[in-house]
Amino acid sequence: MTESNLTLNFGPQHPAAHGVLRLIMEMDGEVITNLDPHIGLLHRGTEKLAEIKPFNHSIGYMDRMDYVSMMCCEHPYVLAIESLLEIEPPKRAQYIRVMYDEITRIMNHLLWLGCHGLDIGAMALFLYCFREREDLYDAYEAVSGARMHATYYRPGGVYRDLPDEMPKYKANKFISEKKVKKLNYNRAGSLLDFIEDFTNRFPSLVDEYETLLTDNRIWKQRTVDIGVVTPERAMQLGFTGPMLRGSGIEWDLRRNQSYEVYDELDFLIPVGVNGDCYDRYLVRVEEMRQSNLIIQQCIKWLRANPGPVMIEDHKYRAPKRDSMKHDMESLIYHFKHFTEGYSVPEGNTYKAIEHPKGEFGVFLLSDGANKPYRLKVRAPSFAHLAAIDEMSKGHMLADVVSIIGTLDIVFGEIDR
Amino acid sequence: MYRQSDTKALEDLLQKYEIEVSMNQSNVEIKINPEQLIEVATLLKSNLSFELLMDIIAVDYLTYGDVDWKTNNATSTGYSRAVKPTIIPEIDETFKGRFAVFYQLLSVSNNQRLTLKVFTSESNPPSVPSLVNIWSSADWFEREAFDLMGIHFDGHPDLRRILTDYGFIGHPFRKDFPTNGNLEVVYDEEKEEVVYQTVSISTRPGVPRVIRDRND
Repeated sequence: MTESNLTLNFGPQHPAAHGVLRLIMEMDGEVITNLDPHIGLLHRGTEKLAEIKPFNHSIGYMDRMDYVSMMCCEHPYVLAIESLLEIEPPKRAQYIRVMYDEITRIMNHLLWLGCHGLDIGAMALFLYCFREREDLYDAYEAVSGARMHATYYRPGGVYRDLPDEMPKYKANKFISEKKVKKLNYNRAGSLLDFIEDFTNRFPSLVDEYETLLTDNRIWKQRTVDIGVVTPERAMQLGFTGPMLRGSGIEWDLRRNQSYEVYDELDFLIPVGVNGDCYDRYLVRVEEMRQSNLIIQQCIKWLRANPGPVMIEDHKYRAPKRDSMKHDMESLIYHFKHFTEGYSVPEGNTYKAIEHPKGEFGVFLLSDGANKPYRLKVRAPSFAHLAAIDEMSKGHMLADVVSIIGTLDIVFGEIDR
Repeated sequence: MYRQSDTKALEDLLQKYEIEVSMNQSNVEIKINPEQLIEVATLLKSNLSFELLMDIIAVDYLTYGDVDWKTNNATSTGYSRAVKPTIIPEIDETFKGRFAVFYQLLSVSNNQRLTLKVFTSESNPPSVPSLVNIWSSADWFEREAFDLMGIHFDGHPDLRRILTDYGFIGHPFRKDFPTNGNLEVVYDEEKEEVVYQTVSISTRPGVPRVIRDRND
């Protein structure tokens, strides 16, 4: 009897595919022999759309790249524009950006942890992770008005300063006064108080997740020695972020090519040993703890140092409303800012940040106009997904789900 | 701050190739010809330990520097309000100087970044040699550049479309490809299936594209 290979279609609408991934799998029994990902089902042509819009209009599009770590996607785009304009935001704005980058990192890793657990069968964890994400979404909402797509960073700073008051729940016929009081317990003070309360609670919550997973026999059976990538191959395949660190290479742009104020902050970079799914899980969990520490340092600094959060140059920002009322020049700048935007000097630049998933880079080529001539986004998930064939070969079908989970892919940025 | 690439060392190593090295916006960029690409890339990886290829960026220079609205001189009737769409020039058969490919390299051991810039061959289709054998990550990046810009990477083992639809025609990120696209999908009630038809929307003028000097 001869065994014939089976071709199996996985996705694009499969809950474990984390979006719209279609895999064409060639299998020998239950073992993967060849795996061909088909992507592009979420391709929106963001880079082409950016070419017909003034620079500031595309910041909101960047949020929709990796829609689970929104502000981290705005960051390199804003940095690229700043680098071509040769401007630097005030220090307070840099601290706010760093704080929100780290909030975003925790949000991203919580979603990853919850969904990765859910894929492999740890249902309860998902609910815990989403409980904590809710608070971070509130932090987003308080500062930008939007829970997901914030559009908060601007070339030259951030849109506005942190609010002194948190929005509060109000009682209605569905929620009693008593319940509202309980919901509002950490919303009495400013946004910083709210975030500080979160950072005080968060380490014990991470312990909680770890008791569910780290020594769990089923979790280990599903992740240890699955999807092993050697350090050499990891670099060859263009891995960055936790995928590279999981393979034992200590490389973090926050430390090695420090941007904003990361060089003033204390944090450690966790590194894996074996380069399997389990090590990458440990790396990401430790990253959440380190992000928590960074947020605490930022809160301390931000409390002590009030100041401007945006550069004063009216060429790149809208003037204040009251100066517009009596100052002719401000009125002109206001008009120009909203009708034409600013022109960026000719040149090209590549700016990258340590996004929760890896190196998120923006290549910006300007010919001196008020719109980008070419914008190219370097999405970490794109390089990671390209390696799924190599990582899955020889594994069982069920392990493909573990590997998709460990890649931490999001189709907003893969397909762009 | 991280160390910039050592321009001197690069110049020494690449002198025999007569390569242009430039520093711009804190980036080191070297320009080479497509014929030299494989050799230079191999040298950069083995001698200067650029282990990671971060990205491949294809650029179409067709409308570089074009503006919709020039307001240098006022006429007797004032400034024009109408925005004229950019006229796509006749496509040159040879593609001379039209397409360029940028390679973003990263060295983890030396903590350096480097940009390689290559203008494609002037043939139709434009082509450059593939770097898949040097950096495996080039595989999908080259497929993407082929799909969206129509650049052929000679020697790529599996140069298929990656992001666009099955059966898509054209290369959407080229400057002569309309932003609206050419085809749209609609549900045909008679045929009771989803069919393709030419786009029913037209380009609306948005914010005009202008080039202004820093001191304007």
